[in-house]
Amino acid sequence: MRFKLTAGGAGGNAGPTFLPSARKLAGADLTARDRAVRWVLLGAGLVPTLMLLFLTAEMVREAIPAFVYSGWSLFTGHVFTFGNLYVTKLTVHHGVSAPHGAAYGALPFIFGTLVSSLIALVVAVPVAVGAVLALTERVPARLQPGLSVFFELLAGMPSVVYGFWGILVFGPLLAKHVFPVLAHLGGLLPFFSGSVGYGEGLLTASLVLAIMIIPIIAATTRELVRTVPILAKEGALALGMTQYETAKVVILPYVRRGILAAAILGWARALGETMAVLMISGDLLNGFPANIYSPFSSIAATIVAMLDSALTDATGMAIHALAAIGVILLVITLATNLLGRLIIRRVSHGVVLPIGRGV
Amino acid sequence: MREILRRARDTMFWGLCLLALALVIAPSIAIIASLLQQSWPALNLNLFTNTTATNGLQNAILGSLLLMAGILVVAGPVGIAGGIYLAEFAPPARAGILRLGYETLAGIPSIIIGFVGYIVLAQELHWGFSLLAAILALSAIVLPYVVKTTEVALLQVPATLRDGAIALGLPRVTTLRRALLPPAIPAIASGVVVALAIAVGETAPLLYTVGFTSQDPTLNLFQHPIGYLTYVVYLNATLPTKLEHEVAGAAGLLILVMLLALIGLGRLVARRAARYAAQLPS
Repeated sequence: MRFKLTAGGAGGNAGPTFLPSARKLAGADLTARDRAVRWVLLGAGLVPTLMLLFLTAEMVREAIPAFVYSGWSLFTGHVFTFGNLYVTKLTVHHGVSAPHGAAYGALPFIFGTLVSSLIALVVAVPVAVGAVLALTERVPARLQPGLSVFFELLAGMPSVVYGFWGILVFGPLLAKHVFPVLAHLGGLLPFFSGSVGYGEGLLTASLVLAIMIIPIIAATTRELVRTVPILAKEGALALGMTQYETAKVVILPYVRRGILAAAILGWARALGETMAVLMISGDLLNGFPANIYSPFSSIAATIVAMLDSALTDATGMAIHALAAIGVILLVITLATNLLGRLIIRRVSHGVVLPIGRGV
Repeated sequence: MREILRRARDTMFWGLCLLALALVIAPSIAIIASLLQQSWPALNLNLFTNTTATNGLQNAILGSLLLMAGILVVAGPVGIAGGIYLAEFAPPARAGILRLGYETLAGIPSIIIGFVGYIVLAQELHWGFSLLAAILALSAIVLPYVVKTTEVALLQVPATLRDGAIALGLPRVTTLRRALLPPAIPAIASGVVVALAIAVGETAPLLYTVGFTSQDPTLNLFQHPIGYLTYVVYLNATLPTKLEHEVAGAAGLLILVMLLALIGLGRLVARRAARYAAQLPS
């Protein structure tokens, strides 16, 4: 960095690089004040990474007793209960004690987290890509800023507002008018038939999650579509292709990998979503949803729902168990995030993948 | 015949795309409409004069504003300083690691941050439900966005400005202050706006760090819970009566108004940035 006069490590943004000695000749190598300021800035630059390490280490530290106590049954068990917290009788497993009757099987939560987010993803990707194509290729240019406000609105909408809408309006509406039709049509499929419930359950939560992650996928897709070379598009049109064929032959192949990366990022967001799922899931404990309309629970929602009662466990094991399912969630989300980033590093036509909520 | 088929396929494809666009617009309108419809009877000045104990929102509004102010004071400066380091001072390898660090931090589910905040700050350090714990937890969530926008903003400053300052023999800090930061400030500000928007809408990291109270917030950093708007939406939406739903809707609507104001502010700043950039030599 000593002689790199342009943006440090920007990658792809390198301007002209001067002769190494230019700064020195000009007497502009780091002054004492520069060095002092650099130290302060370094401290600030380290903060996010240190926070990441601290959060991960702290979660793992809290979770270890639960992993020791439950072993593999943490991943395979169907029953998650803190046991009888009012009796002093303890059960000891692998040298760790927990209240009598406690069991920490997280499989239903893992299932709920993965399935709800995957359904959301399957719904969100085509809608996001289609909406972006319509917005960039078909809608008159002067309408575009106005319409893109809706994407920003969906991106910024707090998850409790989604939850509010989900339980009071969207869920009841689906249960009354849409799910009965679905159950009728899908009568032969195992998960679509049966009771449709009241609108609090897997499909409602998944659809709300889909709406929540659409803006993340759409934002990246929009940036990518913008990078498609105009000459290729015009060439396709000049060959007499319809706009659909242009989109299919030119645009989509160009952006496909980027969309995959954006979808994975959106998936990571859906995996970790807490409040909306907590409010709409119907909160099923110790079991799997009977069909796609039934209540379920996710890891993140369970942590919020059970943290209160976990505090009353004098052995502290309940907190460790929640930390353990938190670690499972952490590993899944970090893995999906890294995967998304690895994929885009290999495509990016100068497009930077958004972070977190698509910023 | 083939020609007709091609046209038909074209029409169908774009029809589906427009349907997808409608599927994005419809929920946003539906959500706003349902907030208005649910909260309609409760929309009056009592919201601002009563606390949540008497079906108002005063304490929650003040609490949310206080949390935003906290973010502005903590995450703002730290994030901007970190972004400057990444863009201007970090050697490439170190910048890569730190960048991976904040990108990954942004992907951590907010409930994990709330959980650790609760275990470490509220319990182990005995802060109890406290303003400071909430601000730190929220900062962990919004810092990556401030760092990233600052970094990107500085990297987009035309190289000629940088080179000009170097040619004048200006020290690094002076270069930064006089040449690089002024054109980057609007973009940096829009990053801070994003951080505020996220902070006003978060719930999961706050539930167990700041708790909730129906009294007006104090500036006490420790041991004092604080009310905030998203909690009212969450709690009241799950309560049974119509009146409670009305207050929940009103709280949701207020968050949305703040959000729209922030989006508007962001756009204004971005437009100023664009106008400024147009004057600069490229």
